[in-house]
Amino acid sequence: MTDIAERKSAPETISRVVVRFAGDSGDGMQLTGDRFTSASAIFGNDLSTLPDFPAEIRAPAGTVNGVSSFQVQIANHDITTPGDAPSVLVAMNPAALKADLGRLEQGGLIIVNRDAFVERDLAKVGYDTNPLDDDSLVNYRVVEVPMTSLTIEATASLGVKPRDAERSKNFFALGMISWLFSRPREPTLEWITSRFNDDLVRSANTAAFNAGYHFGETTELFDHPFQVLSAHMPPGEYTNITGNVALAWGLVAAGQLAKLPVFLGSYPITPASDILHELSKSKHFGVRTVQAEDEIAAAGMALGAAFAGHLGVTTTSGPGLALKSETLSLAVSLELPMLLIDIQRGGPSTGLPTKTEAADLNIAMYGRHSEAPLPIVAAYSPSHCFHAAIEAARIALKYRTPVILLSDGYIANGSEPWLLPDVESLPDISVEFQEGFNHVAPDGTDEYWPYLRDPETLARPWAIPGTPGLMHRVGGLEKQDGSGDINYTPANHETMVHLRAAKIAGIAADIPPAEIVGDADADVCILGWGSTWAAIDAAVQRTRRSGKKVAWVHLTHLSPLPANLGDVLRSFPRVLVPELNLGQLCRIVRADYLVDAQAVSKVQGLPFTSKELETAIDTALAAVHSSEKGAA
Amino acid sequence: MTDVVVPLTTKKDWTSDQEVRWCPGCGDYGILLAVQTLMPELGVQPENTVFISGIGCSSRFPYYMNTYGIHSIHGRAPAIATGVAVARPDLDVWVITGDGDALSIGGNHLIHALRRNVNLTILLFNNRIYGLTKGQYSPTSEVGKVTKSTPMGSIDHPFSPLALALGAEASFVARTHDLDRKHMMETFRAAHAHRGASFVEILQNCNVFNDGAFDQVTGRKVRGEMMIDLRHGEPIVFGENGHAGVVMGSDGHLRIVEVADVGLEAILRHDAHRTDPSLAFALARLSADDPGHSTAVWSPTPFGVFRDVERPDYGSMVGAQLAEASTKKGPGDLRTLLQSAGTWQVS
Repeated sequence: MTDIAERKSAPETISRVVVRFAGDSGDGMQLTGDRFTSASAIFGNDLSTLPDFPAEIRAPAGTVNGVSSFQVQIANHDITTPGDAPSVLVAMNPAALKADLGRLEQGGLIIVNRDAFVERDLAKVGYDTNPLDDDSLVNYRVVEVPMTSLTIEATASLGVKPRDAERSKNFFALGMISWLFSRPREPTLEWITSRFNDDLVRSANTAAFNAGYHFGETTELFDHPFQVLSAHMPPGEYTNITGNVALAWGLVAAGQLAKLPVFLGSYPITPASDILHELSKSKHFGVRTVQAEDEIAAAGMALGAAFAGHLGVTTTSGPGLALKSETLSLAVSLELPMLLIDIQRGGPSTGLPTKTEAADLNIAMYGRHSEAPLPIVAAYSPSHCFHAAIEAARIALKYRTPVILLSDGYIANGSEPWLLPDVESLPDISVEFQEGFNHVAPDGTDEYWPYLRDPETLARPWAIPGTPGLMHRVGGLEKQDGSGDINYTPANHETMVHLRAAKIAGIAADIPPAEIVGDADADVCILGWGSTWAAIDAAVQRTRRSGKKVAWVHLTHLSPLPANLGDVLRSFPRVLVPELNLGQLCRIVRADYLVDAQAVSKVQGLPFTSKELETAIDTALAAVHSSEKGAA
Repeated sequence: MTDVVVPLTTKKDWTSDQEVRWCPGCGDYGILLAVQTLMPELGVQPENTVFISGIGCSSRFPYYMNTYGIHSIHGRAPAIATGVAVARPDLDVWVITGDGDALSIGGNHLIHALRRNVNLTILLFNNRIYGLTKGQYSPTSEVGKVTKSTPMGSIDHPFSPLALALGAEASFVARTHDLDRKHMMETFRAAHAHRGASFVEILQNCNVFNDGAFDQVTGRKVRGEMMIDLRHGEPIVFGENGHAGVVMGSDGHLRIVEVADVGLEAILRHDAHRTDPSLAFALARLSADDPGHSTAVWSPTPFGVFRDVERPDYGSMVGAQLAEASTKKGPGDLRTLLQSAGTWQVS
């Protein structure tokens, strides 16, 4: 016994691990994954998460469609992705095993809830024989734990009924995995105490968690625990952040930095609703939120608030963006600052509401009637959402234009440790309202011309209601350049169409140039945008570690594109554009710069794995080399 | 303490330099004149006033007012105005809309602005036709209406705008018409004085596409016997020397009777402040034999303020929550926010 205890007290140190928790929608897998993540973050690991759940709140129990999973990679070094293939799969029922076994790496560890592998549940997902009893899992290490009955046993003395006790089994699993990876117990125990108000529920969850932890320690099912040492991260204060929370905080910050009240008009839609929830808690910052009657009203309210002098924001996902299109066109015509935040998901139509995709670039770029250009900013990671929100607000306010900020379900729900920025170092994005007359009429009287532009930015003045003397009317009808009066003359319309386009195009001089990461003399350049950043980062690192050269440009500004992008792309023999769509940015750069860019597409409702992109890079490199040989 | 002196304005101060472009003879001219004449009497300033419209003939209205204004999107004026009013409860926000704009394409926004009791004064110009698109039937057109899009007559059952507003929990509901400037001004004044959403239906003549739509009621020769002037606290009587009146039968229906037959004490007494909207609803549906004006045949029709009840307005309640949050949590601090989900130090 002493031997075993000693052996068990010496954890094996590993550099990283990918764990996937999978169970029924009602099993609490998101919560379990989230707590494991938090404990790891506090421990000091670098990490990245991928929640993966069905659109149904409670899909039929025990079915593959109802499986809810949470994947997390923790590491002792800088990582950006939740990992390609898990090395540990926690499967709470046969459906979870069926759904996620294919993702597990060969030889990986499967921990199953033995109690759930009964005939009825096996049959439900099409297992003719119990996979735990046949040889179908021979290529994996399988640990069978009767989690349900052990949880019931552990909580029985508290007076918890078996049916209720069963609901604590996710905490048993969490306890076991916490032991297996040498996670500190305190953060989770403290969290359970603060989270559950009901005494019985709180003590049942605590008992289940401790039972799981001790089970790991005392049984011989596991050889020994592992530990992932803390990562060498830059010093400072960290928090674990999801993209949607970072985005909401970025909006609060933008309001503070602009010295303007924030107004959010929003209609609930997956996966954007969390921004509405978070901002609704920020009333002490003067943030007004209205849950509108529909997507159109939400955009209209944001625009009305902008007219009244607020930072007007509306949040949505693809179907909502389609509905807000007409309001965006009006905002383009009114030339008022406004933010539309689109958390992209799989489509068309309702599509895959809880799964990620980045296929709204076309609608963001072109989805308005007539000539209605507007700036587009794209966030690339959970924490970048904070900065992207401030940048989108900066552009909107400075140029008096609606801006679309693109995020997606992957970074919206995914989390990572975030080194908190120094609040003092955030940019001042304040603007001045027009307060006096800006034009003299032929008869010598002073007047206000709402469309008299700043010669440098081409932005029009912003005079808000309440300002004496500057009363004016704006509307969707074409306006006379300068005075803003209704004007239908042919030459004026052409002037205004060009002015609106030139204003947006001119923003290219006010954004960072495209920057090459990696080898400037490589044969292949990856052009990315949005959440593909994580997988590209990992793939580029691996490619370069293997001694090959590759370059990478990642865009956060998609409209206008950086001024030097054409020159940068033309300097590479081959350009690859990985996108979670069928090549939307790829087509834009082909059209704009006449470069022979190639699309790398994935539309499975999942992010790229780094392996997929590494392979794409290898293939492209091989193609360049063989064509060079052919030419020689 | 110094007295705040509100500078007096004149009608000219409220009139923009834009040329009015409605058809000659349009009822809109009378409404514009009534509003521009009324504004100086309200003791408010043009710079604190915003007119917001959707699309349609009436929606050109903001261009002619020397105030802040938005000529916006078809149907969306109540939503955009909600943004303005919630952001800035200090402003006077008016919504100008029509029967197509407010009741068809924008029906959803109208009912929700009323339900929330956003501090808006909503003037709905009801001409029972689409004018700007040159003469299609509208959601208030009567069944059988022959228009360009209904050559065999409309088969759509119409809305009663007032009944709809009452059903949407509107706290102020009134009706007036474009031929009586004094009545319009009186009605608009009451609507403006009401804090919250005020809804005014204005029967407005489109002399090009639906001329005379209201002649049976508001025509100078018939109006004495056809218009019922609602006065809060007074018996609902009308006609020469108040010979006719409205009673509620034991079946709950409103009926028009001769006062001499039943006695004045039997006549309904109008109460605009009743919390229960059912009487206002019944009055809103009194105007036609067939509820909802589905025919072109009119019977005596009530005008004036149907309902005027106190309910907190939306913008004030939003402001109150902001103030409460600030009191409880203190003014927002960005660094504290960033630390709010728990942090750890890496050294």
